[in-house]
Amino acid sequence: MSDLLAARFQMAMSLAFHIIFAVVGIAMPVMMVVAEHRWRRTGDPVYLDLAKRWARGTAILFAVGAVSGTVLSFELGLLWPTFMRFAGAIIGMPFSLEGFAFFTEAIFLGVYLYGWERVSARAHLFAGAMVAASGALSGVFVVTANAWMNTPTGFDLVNGAPVNVRPVAAMLSAAAPAQVLHMTLAAYAATGFAVAGIHAFLILRGRRAAFHRHALTIALLVGAPAAVLQPISGDYAAAMVARHQPAKLAAMESLFHTQRHAPIVLGGWPDASQRRTRFGVPLPYALSLLAFHDPNATVTGLDSVPRDQWPNLPAVHLSFDVMVACGTYMAIVGLWTAWLARRRTDFARSQRFLLAVVIGAPLGFIAIETGWTVTELGRQPWIIYGVLRTADAVTPMPGQPWRTGVFALVYVFLAIVVTVLLSRQIVRSPMHTGEFRTPGGGA
Amino acid sequence: MSAATVLAGTLVVALNAYVLLGGADFGGGVWDLLARGPRAESQRQLVAQAIGPVWEANHVWLILAIVLLFTCFPAAFARIVVPLNLPLTGMLIGIVLRGSAFAFRGYGGDRDAVQRRWGRVFAMASLVTPLLLGTTLGAVASGAVGGVATAAPGDFAARYLAPWLAPFPLSVGVFTLACFAFLAATYLTLETTDGPLRDDFRRRALASGVAVGAAALAGLLAAGPAAPLMRHGLLGSGWALPFQLATGVVALTALGALVWRRYALARRCAVLQVSLVLWGWAWSQYPYVVPPDLTIEAAAAPTVTLRLVLAALVLGALVLVPSLFYLFRVFKGSDRRSAVSHQ
Repeated sequence: MSDLLAARFQMAMSLAFHIIFAVVGIAMPVMMVVAEHRWRRTGDPVYLDLAKRWARGTAILFAVGAVSGTVLSFELGLLWPTFMRFAGAIIGMPFSLEGFAFFTEAIFLGVYLYGWERVSARAHLFAGAMVAASGALSGVFVVTANAWMNTPTGFDLVNGAPVNVRPVAAMLSAAAPAQVLHMTLAAYAATGFAVAGIHAFLILRGRRAAFHRHALTIALLVGAPAAVLQPISGDYAAAMVARHQPAKLAAMESLFHTQRHAPIVLGGWPDASQRRTRFGVPLPYALSLLAFHDPNATVTGLDSVPRDQWPNLPAVHLSFDVMVACGTYMAIVGLWTAWLARRRTDFARSQRFLLAVVIGAPLGFIAIETGWTVTELGRQPWIIYGVLRTADAVTPMPGQPWRTGVFALVYVFLAIVVTVLLSRQIVRSPMHTGEFRTPGGGA
Repeated sequence: MSAATVLAGTLVVALNAYVLLGGADFGGGVWDLLARGPRAESQRQLVAQAIGPVWEANHVWLILAIVLLFTCFPAAFARIVVPLNLPLTGMLIGIVLRGSAFAFRGYGGDRDAVQRRWGRVFAMASLVTPLLLGTTLGAVASGAVGGVATAAPGDFAARYLAPWLAPFPLSVGVFTLACFAFLAATYLTLETTDGPLRDDFRRRALASGVAVGAAALAGLLAAGPAAPLMRHGLLGSGWALPFQLATGVVALTALGALVWRRYALARRCAVLQVSLVLWGWAWSQYPYVVPPDLTIEAAAAPTVTLRLVLAALVLGALVLVPSLFYLFRVFKGSDRRSAVSHQ
């Protein structure tokens, strides 16, 4: 394994790991606050139990997210020192703001977790709301920085160096609104569906406790609306990619030839050497329609992109299709949820609906991982699109595969531990109707 | 004063906060590892209780410092991380294991074997991380990081080991660890009303306070041959000697206060002492970010970036300062005696 590949692998691994915790840190506080709010309104102790459990889950996942985020902020330099030297002054701004948002989140999480008996009811709810709001805001800032790498702006390039730096313009790059919207919705949809799926599974297994029914309702409340809105934001994002990153769009859709009436190819295996997609199912006109909202529009194909600037086609195309498939399924379940809610049907009574929610549990996270694969691999060979190649940004230090190996071991170990810990939390959840652990057992 | 200098100062403020708050958390881990005697379990519990609510906030200071470094001084960041890759990587692994071990132990569930095992990981990582943090700071201060550009490109040892695997940086690592343990023990004397438990930490504070002095002396001796720039900064210039004397007086007062059980005074002196050391280091290498040649002005980002970051700092402080004040008032305020009984 070359140093470059090892560095890319380590970065991918760190991001793939961190994103899960970051996403839960955005959405789970919302569920925790909703549960506490209902407890304060109704006095039903099941809601208090839920709020405390979700708070504990948030604490574990936030802690891992915080340290994996710390690692990432160093890794930007450890792995890509040239990139940071180039980009630090241009996109450091959103990172600084993210630092503050993250700080606020950490402070109020401390108040929330340990303050049940120390602060007033109003102050406690406020602390929870601050955790939720600043969590979402940190995500917005980090995604803004990533968007700049896709559609770099806010500087002039003179002899390979950036001059006339405009950090505010860099934050408002073309990709920023689309990426921010898409990722924020993804966080709520993925976490909501994952939590809903776990409780739907336990209800199907015969645990009918109010605890699980309430949990399912709140999780769907957070997840379903986001899942329904997500295809719309996805369409907006695709239109942005079509205009600003034609090579990425061509790789996503496996479009080899620039053409009008461009089709969407579902699945299949893009063969770069033959310049065609094997076994795919084409939908005529669909890509022109999707990208430019006009069936006659011309869409740039890979033949307009120099061969040495093609991303890895099978990885990008198939990741994209998996993401879309997951998102579509979740949107349908989201609509089903809305329909049941409108008819005031108890979610827990429909076996088929519960099964559909269980199947949806992992899909949001699969969609997030494959979606980021599209964003990041689809930008290659560039680290800053059209400006700096990833190969030119990597650290000059030899022996990267060894360090990557050590990090891989640490991440695998942590992943196992987090899984075990969280499943212990879930296994110990209430068994029967009316049973719940005495409140006050919070962290 | 230029925007770059103000931001460099802010960077030191963030580092200072990290050392005083996050550092004490590391020190707490050290005392968790060294918990002995009939009250070993109570000692561990006190450490966990004291750290719990403020843990996450304390560790964001490091993120803030690193973000300020790469936004405002990207050239310095790029220059530091390459030769110090190995100790930084080790430090990161320590941070990951420590942060997760703490959370797993705290929220993982019952007090059982699993939890004790996480306690071990937490404590071991608390030992290694400050050592490596101090070593990287020492390596920058010594000028070895800045001087690495002259080494032959193929010479791995000269480029990636020599800058930090040397007596001076390593002695700064030991010094950092001793400081963190000292801060933690001093703080912990004020975290309990239980007489014998408090006395346990008083003795630990005294022992680590003496260790801080010994490590400082070792560092000065090591600075002689290895870091002439540092030695000159610490001892040579006009303001340096009074400054060092003041630090020494504060250090002795802290120890005296501990001997006479004046805990609040001891804590104030410990905070002041460690802060003085940090600012002494910062002043001694001024105007360089990466000695011997990269100055604050040369490493700085364009003025527009610096101004925006300054504006963000002011805005951020408007949110952060009241929030932090609130956090510490709720959990470290004077009414905490009654509150502890809830846990």
